[in-house]
Amino acid sequence: MGYLHGFAVTLRQLFLPRVTTDYRGGFDDSPKDVKRPKPERLHGRHVLNRYDDGMEKCIGCELCAGVCPADCIYVRGADNDPDDPVAPGERYGYVYEINYLRCIHCDLCVEACPTQAITESKLFEFSFTNRDDAIYTKDELLVDDDGRPRQMPWEDWREGDDALTSGWMRATSSSGDHRYVGEVAWSGELGYGVRDAEPADAGEESSDG
Amino acid sequence: MSGTLVLAADPMLAGDIGLVEVVLTLAKVVVAFAFLLVAVMLMIWFERKLLGGMHQRFGPTIAGPFGILQTLADGTKLFFKEDLVPDRSDRFVFKLAPYLSLIPAFLAFAIVPLGGDFNNGGQVEWWGRTTYLQVADPPIGILLFLAMSSVAVYGVMLAGWSSGSKYPLLGSVRASAQMVSYEAALGLAVASIVLVTGGLSTHDMVVAQAAEGYFGIVPRWNVIVTGLVPFIVFMIAGTAELNRPPFDLVEAEQELVGGFHTEYSSIRFALFFLAEFMNTITMSAVIVTLFFGGPAGPVLVSEVGGVGIAWAWGVVWFFLKLFVLLFCFVWMRATLPRFRYDQLMDLGWKALIPVALGWFLFLTALEVGRERGWNEAAVTIVSLLVFAGAALLLVRAVRSGRRARDREAARADEPSDPVEERA
Repeated sequence: MGYLHGFAVTLRQLFLPRVTTDYRGGFDDSPKDVKRPKPERLHGRHVLNRYDDGMEKCIGCELCAGVCPADCIYVRGADNDPDDPVAPGERYGYVYEINYLRCIHCDLCVEACPTQAITESKLFEFSFTNRDDAIYTKDELLVDDDGRPRQMPWEDWREGDDALTSGWMRATSSSGDHRYVGEVAWSGELGYGVRDAEPADAGEESSDG
Repeated sequence: MSGTLVLAADPMLAGDIGLVEVVLTLAKVVVAFAFLLVAVMLMIWFERKLLGGMHQRFGPTIAGPFGILQTLADGTKLFFKEDLVPDRSDRFVFKLAPYLSLIPAFLAFAIVPLGGDFNNGGQVEWWGRTTYLQVADPPIGILLFLAMSSVAVYGVMLAGWSSGSKYPLLGSVRASAQMVSYEAALGLAVASIVLVTGGLSTHDMVVAQAAEGYFGIVPRWNVIVTGLVPFIVFMIAGTAELNRPPFDLVEAEQELVGGFHTEYSSIRFALFFLAEFMNTITMSAVIVTLFFGGPAGPVLVSEVGGVGIAWAWGVVWFFLKLFVLLFCFVWMRATLPRFRYDQLMDLGWKALIPVALGWFLFLTALEVGRERGWNEAAVTIVSLLVFAGAALLLVRAVRSGRRARDREAARADEPSDPVEERA
């Protein structure tokens, strides 16, 4: 008669608190619409970063496009005008497009980038309704003059989401080597300066050195 | 009752049939139809919400208050989807099949009494006509329900067969085997009710159950009169007949993609879905009618402002009972895991049918004994002894059959010795 016990279990569940969040994807403004905190290194929509002085980090080297397994990045570089440079150095990204119908958010572009120009934000709710919207151009990807990601009308940004870019870049102990823990190996960002390391990595010696 | 064809025992249709009768009948049909459609909509929402609760989830929350319009949203979406007909399908049968499963679900509901004051015969008087609060009360009564549930098998079977695809075919083969197997147990459980009622008409069944109960408080419901066993058999066989979990092998998602409706899309898929939930509601309504006294119940306030509302209490009781049964169906779905196919067949043929048949014979013996004036206790004891003896024989037969099968299998598994074979 183990069956009958099962009926008691399901009936009891009915009166227990719900384990899921009441997520509504921004459909209404109700306070019930809860988003759970996202992991530090979540791979979301990309942003193109700028240095503290407003210069673009992208140098148009196309390494991201080369490494992309989904072939969704299209980059064309151009020479900087020495009198009015867009990026430090000789070249800058003249065209930068990501096709989000193809992108698999593997973050290989972020790993490949020599200047940390491209990083991923935590935004994953951007359900566009036509193919043109799916292709993000450089204007849309590049952070604005305050260093914040640009927000498209179809994207569901919440309070504080825009501050969470480049989590992966700030994972300090590369390959788990504890000697690099706490070492800042990344450049500053417009609006935020040199960011701190990931909370989990900052200054904590790993026990299995 | 003259020699003419009797369409229904409904007193309204006994005399001349004029405009009022036709309009009243049409109104009843429309109301029942509309009620079923709305009930299906609410049932799907209720099931999802309740299942969600039992899984500690929320269920639908967005469409309408408490997500109550979720079904409407889903239905609207389905209507606007592309309607695919597979190349290798039998086009005519493929298009016919959803209706074959939908229409019986509607028709079976026609025999369910929905309301009425059954303390006074369950009739209502509207515009000077005395009638019943049910769409039709044919003399064959409950047989119509059995016939319709048999026709519904064709919908499922032909859907799978005409899809021209393998998984739907497997699903429909399972469906027809399952539904045919459990039909027998279902029929035998109904036979017990017919035996104690003495008639097939659903109206008469409710009237019989509305009679004075035991000790003044226990109602004279058939679930008690027939001794619980037919109800349990009917409930299990009914769930299997509906292809609901734990008997949903027909559409077992993990094994058969979507079962018989794998190839269906758009409105045709919606029709199958509609039929499935409509069948659930119809089955619950029939169970309420057969075992729980249908709309029979006390009349708490007999009139408001001079208008008699005694009949409305019948509606209230009916819906309360229906609601409890629907809850039980969802509860079962949330609790029980799916049966394996051979377990399903074993349960149907080796447990439910013998039990239903044995109990039916037991009730018959009691009935005959009562008629002949035999000692009731003696009849009961003898019957139960015979019952137990038959059960023992059956168990032994099943066991020896299984042993023989195991031996056979063991022999087939043994690697044959070539030397011995040559000798």
